[in-house]
Order: sequence, then C-alpha cells, then structure tokens
Amino acid sequence: MHQKTQLQAETIRLISGTNTRKCMKCGKCTASCPAFAEMDISPHKFVSMVEHGEIDKLMASKSIWKCMSCFACVERCPRGVEPASIIEAVRQTVIRKQNNNYLRPENIPELLDPKIPQQALVSAFRKYSK
Amino acid sequence: MTFDYYPGCTLKTKAKDLDIHARNAALALGIELEELPEWQCCGAVYPIARDEIATRLTSVRALASARDRGRELLTLCSACHHVIKRVNNDIQTDDEIRNKVNNYLAPDIEYNGETKVVHYLEMLRDTVGFDTIREKAVKPMTGKRIGAYYGCLLLRPNNVMAFDNPENPTIMEDFIRALGAEPVLYPYRNECCGGYVAMDDKNLAAQKCKNITSSALERDVDMLITACPLCMYNLDINTNTAEETKLPIYYFTELLAQVLDI
Ligand code: SF4
Ligand code: SF4
Repeated sequence: MHQKTQLQAETIRLISGTNTRKCMKCGKCTASCPAFAEMDISPHKFVSMVEHGEIDKLMASKSIWKCMSCFACVERCPRGVEPASIIEAVRQTVIRKQNNNYLRPENIPELLDPKIPQQALVSAFRKYSK
Repeated sequence: MTFDYYPGCTLKTKAKDLDIHARNAALALGIELEELPEWQCCGAVYPIARDEIATRLTSVRALASARDRGRELLTLCSACHHVIKRVNNDIQTDDEIRNKVNNYLAPDIEYNGETKVVHYLEMLRDTVGFDTIREKAVKPMTGKRIGAYYGCLLLRPNNVMAFDNPENPTIMEDFIRALGAEPVLYPYRNECCGGYVAMDDKNLAAQKCKNITSSALERDVDMLITACPLCMYNLDINTNTAEETKLPIYYFTELLAQVLDI
C-alpha cells in the first residue's frame, strides 16, 4: 500500500478507535442500517475500504451525510467493530479541511420552521461543519 | 432524595412541556430536582471521534460540578443523557481523554468519572418505583393504548448506556402500565426517526418516521410517547400533516403530570 494511503487509513482507525481487522464481512451492520437505501457505499464496505486504504473514495461518498449515528450497526455487529465510528471519522476528516463545511450558517434560515428544536440545529452543525 | 438536574437547551425553549411537567411530577413524587448552576449545552450529539476534546468539555463540567456537590446528575432529554453518559464513560475508560480534559480544565480535584448519570425514567423506576406512581395515579389512563417510542439514544450502545435491553426494552412499557394504560408493542419502537439528518434530507427522515408511525397505527395505538425533542419534532411534522396518519405524540412527562393530576 502506498505510504500516503496507509497513513490515511491509520488516521481513520485512530480517530474512530475501531479495529477494522476484526470484521468478518457478515453484512449485519448494513442489514441493520436505516439509511442503507440512500447510501452509495454501505456500512460494511466502509470497514473493508479502510482496510484497503481507499479513504479518498470514502471521503467523496454521500453516505457520510446520510448516516444518522443511530448506532444500530454498532449494537448489532457480532465482532465489536464500529462502522458508525468509521463513518464519523471520515466525515470529520472531510469537514476539518479548510472551507469544507457541508452545512453553513447561511443555509439555516431556509431550513427553519417554527417547530424546529434547538437540538436539531446544534446537532446538524456538530455533524456537518467545523 | 435530591438530584442535580441538567435540563439542556431545548427543554428551556421548544420542549418546555418535557421539562415543566417533569419538575412538577418529581415534586409530587417526593423527588427534589435542583437545577445544576451554570450548565452549558452538551452539544446534542456525542463526539464519536476519539481525538475530539473541546466538544467533550461541557459534559465534563456538568459531571464534575455534580460530583463536587455530592449529587447524582439527572437528565431528561434523550440526547443530553446519551452525550453526558458516554462522555462520563470516556473519562472512566480512556486515559488519554481523561488526561487531556483534566489538563485543560485544571479542576481543583481531578475528574475521574465519579458521578452517576441517571435518566428521569430510571429515577422513576429505581428511586420512586412504578408501584408508587400506580398508587398516586389520581386520573389513570384506563383503556388507552399507548406505544412507547424509544428511538436510539437511550438504548445504544448498550455496553455504555446500560439503560435497558437494547432490542427488547421494557422500561417505557412498565411506565405506561403504571399510568393505568395499556402498552402496545410495535416493530419500529427502537428504530431511528432520522435524527439530525432531517436538517439535510427531509425525505429520508420522513420515510423513517412513516415506518414508525404506520407500524404503530397498524396496532391501533391511541398515542405515542417519547423522551426526545428531536424525535418529537420528526414524528410530529411527518405524521400530523396528513389526516390518515394523524397520531398524537406526547412527552412521557406530560402524561405523568396528567395522571398525577398536577
Ligand atoms: S456487522 Fe461487523 S463483522 Fe459484520 S460486516 Fe459489519 S462490521 Fe463486519
Ligand atoms: S449509525 Fe449510521 S451506518 Fe450505522 S446503522 Fe445507523 S445510519 Fe447506518
């Protein structure tokens, strides 16, 4: 594996705190995922693509904006792998880059309606921007 | 018994109903909730990334302050509970996070995860007792069929949240029985409502909510209960806009206050 891709994959493993080598590719995480139908790369593939150092592809995936952090994949993985944490690590790697926020304050007014709880705004900002 | 109470931002604004009925009901049940002084927003989502320190600090401030006051920390909003309980677990189990947080905050006494974090429902079950609620129910909801909506945040990951069986929880059903009503089990009660994704992809959240409410309506529920303002919002806007899917959704504390007649 190229040195840069190796470093990228190692960083994702560190930020996520999850050991991708434990995955036995059973697909239970993907089967449990409520956002699966909207994803271009499914949760179990995130795990194996980190193994193969394909981080650039993961960073371009729309799945990172669809994951709801519901932790169903984490709860149901029989091997203690945490696909949700890997997806978060990739999402963080994307939004931590300069000018790379997915949600910007100027997007907010059009999203507002009178019932929206503060919790929705705070969590969306935490997930989608830095 | 007196708890330090952490209401969180949303309970001060859009989810006042969740908060106010909780305070009144606690009082009627002999529990004192003293609002933690100068609490700060928990951030609404748990910082999953292991290298995030700043986003863990407000939870640690609340936890350390409760520890210094010699109290357990009581939460109510599912999101606050999830975030604060998981950050407490990080402090207990992750040396690097604990060291960095303490180096930054430099508290008089290091915080090492001593505080017990208790959700309001756990307090009802373990301190008050559901039997006491049943005895004090002035206006029991006899004959009402109520579906418990757990969502994600209270239950998962179970190895940290330790709230209930994550696949087959019972605490909210036991609560519903204590109100004199009939709990109704339905398949999607612990599936996600879409959460914050509603801010980016309304359709995805709408689909998730329709799965939940239609599976509940098929089992003839009169209403759903929740402990989370974001679940409340998603379920409400995606259900109560169309006549055929209308389904009242309440915070569990609203029904508790109603049954206790306060
Ligand atoms: S559930 Fe766990 S072991 Fe199975 S594919 Fe997903 S990450 Fe791998
Ligand atoms: S946490 Fe994300 S990836 Fe995992 S099951 Fe939920 S939506 Fe899917």
